[in-house]
Amino acid sequence: MIKVEDLHKSFGDEEVLKGISTTFEKGKTNIIIGQSGSGKTVFMKCLLGLFSPEKGKIIYGDKAIQDMDKDEKSVLRQQMGMLFQGGALFDSMNIEENVMFPLQMISKKSKSEMLDRVNEVLKRVNLVNVNKKLPAEISGGMQKRVAIARAIVNNPKYLFCDEPNSGLDPRTATVIDNLIQEITQEYDITTVVNTHDMNSVMEIGETIIFLKDGHLVWKGDKSLIFKTDNEAVTEFVYSSDLFKKIRIAQNIEDEKI
Amino acid sequence: MKYIRDIGSYFMMLRQVFSRPTKTSVLKNLIFKEINDLIVNSLGIVVFISFFVGSVIAIQTALNMDNPLVPKSLIGFATRQSILLEFAPTFISIIMAGKVGSFITSSIGSMRVTEQIDALEVMGINSLNYLVFPKIIALLFFPFIIVISMTVGIAGGWIAAVYGGFSSAADFGAGLQEDFVPFHIVYAFIKTFVFAFILATVPSWQGYYMNGGALEVGKASTNSFVWTSVLIILANFIITQMLLS
Repeated sequence: MIKVEDLHKSFGDEEVLKGISTTFEKGKTNIIIGQSGSGKTVFMKCLLGLFSPEKGKIIYGDKAIQDMDKDEKSVLRQQMGMLFQGGALFDSMNIEENVMFPLQMISKKSKSEMLDRVNEVLKRVNLVNVNKKLPAEISGGMQKRVAIARAIVNNPKYLFCDEPNSGLDPRTATVIDNLIQEITQEYDITTVVNTHDMNSVMEIGETIIFLKDGHLVWKGDKSLIFKTDNEAVTEFVYSSDLFKKIRIAQNIEDEKI
Repeated sequence: MKYIRDIGSYFMMLRQVFSRPTKTSVLKNLIFKEINDLIVNSLGIVVFISFFVGSVIAIQTALNMDNPLVPKSLIGFATRQSILLEFAPTFISIIMAGKVGSFITSSIGSMRVTEQIDALEVMGINSLNYLVFPKIIALLFFPFIIVISMTVGIAGGWIAAVYGGFSSAADFGAGLQEDFVPFHIVYAFIKTFVFAFILATVPSWQGYYMNGGALEVGKASTNSFVWTSVLIILANFIITQMLLS
C-alpha cells in the first residue's frame, strides 16, 4: 500500500501539485487520470522518488520516503518496477540483457539462475524467441511487453505504469492492459497506472483518482465514473465520442425502465 | 548567474559520479565497452590526421627556410617540437572533443530523452556512476592515443621530408635528437590526463542535464564540442604557464 498525505510540488513559482492525499491499495490496479497538464506525471515522479516534494508525505508500508536514508531509498527502489511511456529499453542491449539488467545490478544469483528467471518472465508476457533481438527489431507492443517483463523480473512490491498504451493500436492496448491487471493480481502488488485513455480506465481501473490543476477532485471506481455528477470528471469522460454515445444509450435505457 | 549555476551543477555531478559505485562485475564490462568506443574506435582518425599533419609541418618548415646557414636538421627539430608539445596532446584532444565528446553527449542525451536514465534511477542505480565513471576510466587510456599520434606524426614528417627531397634521413634524425628535453614528454602527458578528464566529464554533463527532444540532443552535442574545446584551450594555457614558464 502507498499512502500520500498533502503532497505539494512546485517548479519555480508554478505549483503543480496542490495538496494531494490518497491511498493506493495493494493487489489493485490504481489509476490516475486527468487532462494533459493536470500534474499526473509529476505526481508519479514524486511517487517514484525522482522528484522531491516541498511538502507532504509519501508513505511506503510504514515509512515515509522523505524519512528514509539513502540505503533505505535504494532498497525501496529495488522493490519498484516501472513501465515507462516509451518502454525505456536500453538500445544497446538485446531483449535478454534488458530484462536481466535489474537482476545483474542487485541480485547475487548465478548467470544461469538469472537466465531462467528472464525466460520465465518473458514467457509470462507471452514473448518467445526474441531473447537475442535488439529493441529496435521488435514492434512497439512487444517492446511494452519486454518493459513489463523487466519491471517484474525482481518480484517488485510496487508497479508503476506511465501511459502504458500510448502509441499502441486498440487491440494491443487491450492486451497490455489485461497483462498489467493479471500481473497485479498474480503477484499481489500495488499497481499505479497513469493514463488518459478511458478504454484503459474501463478495462482495468479498480480504484480511480482524477486530477485537475494539481488537485485531486474525484476518487472512485469504474462503476461510479459514469454516475458521478462531478463536472470536471464528466467533462473529461464524455470528451470521447464513444463514451458520449454510451451515455446517450444509457439514458434511453433508463427512460425505458 | 546561469554560468555559476552550471559550474555548481558540474561539480555536484562529479561528486555523484564518485559515490555509490556500480557492481564491480557490471562496471568491468562497461569499462571495456567504453575503451572500445572511445579509444579503439578513435585510432583510425588519429593515425590519419597525425600522419598528414606531421608531413605538412615538415614541408612547411622546409619551405620557409630561406637562409642557407640554417641547418637542415631544423626540419626534424621543428616537427618534433610541434608534435610533442602541441599538436599531439592539444589538437588531437580538440579533434577528440568533436568525435568522442559529441558521441558521449548524444548517447547520454538520447538516454535522457527516452527516459532510460529515469529507468536506471528507478531501479536504484546511481545513473551518474553507471554512465560517467566508466568513461573517465576508459579515457585514462587517452595517453595511449597521444603516443600513437606523436609516433605517426613524426613518421609522417620524416617520410615527407626525406622522400619529398627536403632533407636527408640523417639530418632529419639529427634534428629529432637535437636539444631534446625529456620533461617535455612529462609535460605533454600531464596535459593529456587533464584533457582526458575534461573530455570524459564535460560532454557527459551536457548530455545528462539536457532537456527536450532530438533537436536539443543536437544542440547539446554542439555545445559540448564548444565548451570542451574552450576548456581544453584554457587548461592548456594554465598548464603551460605553470610547467614551462
